[in-house]
Amino acid sequence: MNILYDARLDGELPDNDKQQVLATLSQALPGMTLLHREEDLRPFECDGLSAYRVLPMLVALPDTLDQVETLLKTCHSLGVPVVTRGAGTGLSGGALPLEQGVLLVMSRFKQILEVDPEARIARVQPGVRNLAISEAAAPYGLYYAPDPSSQIACSIGGNVAENAGGVHCLKYGLTVHNVLEVEVITIEGDRMTLGSEAFDSPGFDLLALFTGSEGMLGVVTEVTVKLLPKPETAKVLMASFDDVEKAGKAVGDIIAAGIIPGGLEMMDKLAIQAAEDFVKAGYPTDAEAILLCELDGVEADVDDDCDTVRRVLEATGATEIRQARDDAERAKFWAGRKNAFPAVGRMSPDYYCMDGTIPRRELPRVLKGIAALSEESGLPVANVFHAGDGNMHPLILFDANKPGELELAEEVGGKILELCVEAGGSITGEHGVGREKINQMCAQFQPDEITAFHAVKAAFDKHGLLNPGKNIPTLQRCAEFGAMHVHNNELPFPELPRF
Amino acid sequence: MTVTQQNDQDMAEALCERVRQAHRDKTPLKIVGGDTKAFYGHGVEGETLSTLEHRGIRYYDPVELIVSVRAGTPLTELEAALDAEGQMLGFEPPHFGDTATVGGTIATGLSGPRRPWAGAARDFVLGTRVMTCEGKELRFGGEVMKNVAGYDLSRLMTGAQGTLGLITEVSLKVLPKPGARHSLRLEMPLQEALEKLAEWGRQPLPLTAAAWHEGSLYLRLEGGPSSVAATRERLGGDDLDDTFWLELREQRLTFFSGDDSRPLWRLSLPNHTPELPLEGDTFYDWAGAQRWLRSSASVDAIRDVATRAGGHATCYTPCEEGGSIEPFTPLAPVVAKYHRNLKAELDPHGIFNPGRLYAEF
Ligand SMILES: Cc1cc2nc3c(=O)[nH]c(=O)nc-3n(C[C@H](O)[C@H](O)[C@H](O)COP(=O)(O)OP(=O)(O)OC[C@H]3O[C@@H](n4cnc5c(N)ncnc54)[C@H](O)[C@@H]3O)c2cc1C
Repeated sequence: MNILYDARLDGELPDNDKQQVLATLSQALPGMTLLHREEDLRPFECDGLSAYRVLPMLVALPDTLDQVETLLKTCHSLGVPVVTRGAGTGLSGGALPLEQGVLLVMSRFKQILEVDPEARIARVQPGVRNLAISEAAAPYGLYYAPDPSSQIACSIGGNVAENAGGVHCLKYGLTVHNVLEVEVITIEGDRMTLGSEAFDSPGFDLLALFTGSEGMLGVVTEVTVKLLPKPETAKVLMASFDDVEKAGKAVGDIIAAGIIPGGLEMMDKLAIQAAEDFVKAGYPTDAEAILLCELDGVEADVDDDCDTVRRVLEATGATEIRQARDDAERAKFWAGRKNAFPAVGRMSPDYYCMDGTIPRRELPRVLKGIAALSEESGLPVANVFHAGDGNMHPLILFDANKPGELELAEEVGGKILELCVEAGGSITGEHGVGREKINQMCAQFQPDEITAFHAVKAAFDKHGLLNPGKNIPTLQRCAEFGAMHVHNNELPFPELPRF
Repeated sequence: MTVTQQNDQDMAEALCERVRQAHRDKTPLKIVGGDTKAFYGHGVEGETLSTLEHRGIRYYDPVELIVSVRAGTPLTELEAALDAEGQMLGFEPPHFGDTATVGGTIATGLSGPRRPWAGAARDFVLGTRVMTCEGKELRFGGEVMKNVAGYDLSRLMTGAQGTLGLITEVSLKVLPKPGARHSLRLEMPLQEALEKLAEWGRQPLPLTAAAWHEGSLYLRLEGGPSSVAATRERLGGDDLDDTFWLELREQRLTFFSGDDSRPLWRLSLPNHTPELPLEGDTFYDWAGAQRWLRSSASVDAIRDVATRAGGHATCYTPCEEGGSIEPFTPLAPVVAKYHRNLKAELDPHGIFNPGRLYAEF
């Protein structure tokens, strides 16, 4: 698949003259950094999905919200598309630029505006790094719960836009559960406050609607997050299994025992080996799968829960159970998991990270399916999961320099996602649809559902100028893509013309 | 796993037909479940569309922590099914009557005493089936814990009070019931109680409810047996019957049920909001973030104080009984604009509960 913008399938984009746009914007925003020379644009040509690159027409780096507002209003009146970018760590091409569009980079908004330990909130600008919030809250014994593995680099604005998760979200929730209020600016330049420092607000839950909307509805310009007290203690158990299915079953059994672990992660053999080679986390490299189960809370409860989990793991046939002796070893256990992506990256010239979710009980079946796809294609697949919440990250290893391998990796990835949908799951648990999974949206949603999504988009951005071509496919795209995937002998979108 | 009851049935087809007809005729519909929350919002002029016959737990898997329930299912029936598996709805929704349905619970989006610690109704919504104005049943989200594909229409529907579509089914995350529970009462003046609550909020204490009224601080501890026992030891106080929280949630304490004729207000406020200069009697819930107020102060005065404090005020007393004509705090003009846009996009003929939230849509 070619994921670059395709006017035939994604809709015509306004064709503006670069020099004219540059002149108008420079005049409207004399003090703002506006990059236009190819060598200056180059660093912004891709996000974390680096296989795809497009040079934007212009890159805007505003320092003030007034500049953001003026920029959006001007682009709106000129009919110039705008793609917002945070830290550019997104893995689905959500911040992939458009040749005919302005890339609005929010990275200069780096201030932590307020940490209020009494109210347990932090108010920050959108370019603040996820980890920086927890660091600022640490002196008060507080932290910001969602912890994507990219937390040292990704921005809170990007987290809101993607509804980012992390290894602790089964217990502590995703971004949507931990954000109280956002300030946004729409493409028309309207400034709005959504949510509030109180637990709820009158009217529709636009805060929830904006969370995970991938920069399609507005630009996030300020974020107020909830801070939680640091758990008194956290302990990690690592269990080894000689069979992936047993590990999968153990996950369900732990939850069935009434325990919601702070983190419950699983890695398969290839991922274990990669992580061990990279960070020497002390993982058993002969195991077929390991589970990392973190229990946190009040000391006495955690000890009780550790005992319960240990019993469950023994009963499901774990071959070895180790408890991290101290915080240093606990950090080491987690380092392996948190560095799993780069670790796999060292094993192979390229890898392609998937993000499907499934009901947990389907884990064994989906794993078998993935193994079969791997064998069939000849591309190795390493599996790391947020097992507690059924969010899988299969990493497909390939070499982009070998002709056809990238396409093959994409094809395998697409099939894995369809497997997830068939199992009752979703094509994305936390990385977002972006540009990458635009076709798979057609597998997950019916045309009427897609139409409802377009209606929501139209309520905020009538002319489709914010991040066009991302997140929600056109029905034309689905008609064409769907023609290749006939489910149950039913032709999807029969009412639409074929191309 | 499914939990079937004798009168379970899927009436989606019939509901579709009704909605389609209404859309064609441009006749407004008044969506009604158990009719327990009619007081919450404006009265709706329209043909009654009952969800009661579309009922039943369609899917429940305790191991997945997920349940999918048709809108007309009685809330008590859902809670009983969860209870049988040692699980519960984390947001502890108020029923306000025996006939409350799951659909109405999600459409109003109300949450009980556990809300500040566990999350609100919207936090537990994983997916919905929603009937559009054209009578098409759409599916958003689903029976998985994480799903960020497409816009989060399920959470948008939660609390929208049926003004954007008819919720026909919801999928919810459920939680295991805590291993231990203890409720207690401490004598404490308001100022000290608010300070204590802020202090405890920064500590990993197993608190799951905190209320204050007339010199008494009421607390609920839930968690593992060890931590509940230790915290109980530490805090002391008198034992309190756990049903206190049920009575509070259902507004059956004398504060609510007495013969006080002043309107009842709900103030939703930031954590750690001090005592507010408002005339009347205040009952503090949610560690002070939700306050019930019996007051004859003017609507403007109450809203003004709540807004200045960073929150908002909702009138629970219907207009006919002396409450505010605008039950909900008016929206900022620019926010109202996007509300109107959404309504116009999703329900152009205004057939779904017109005016229930705000008169203009
Ligand atoms: C090694 C690695 C590990 C990762 N692990 C995780 C993980 O565990 N969990 C997880 O959820 N994600 C993970 N990610 C993905 C990524 O870090 C997250 O999606 C993150 O939220 C993106 O933030 P960002 O600031 O980099 O956004 P960008 O990549 O810049 O943008 C992402 C999207 O958000 C939009 N956007 C950005 N800022 C704004 C704004 N201010 N207003 C409106 N829209 C905006 C963009 O238009 C784009 O659609 C990982 C990525 C990497 C590279």
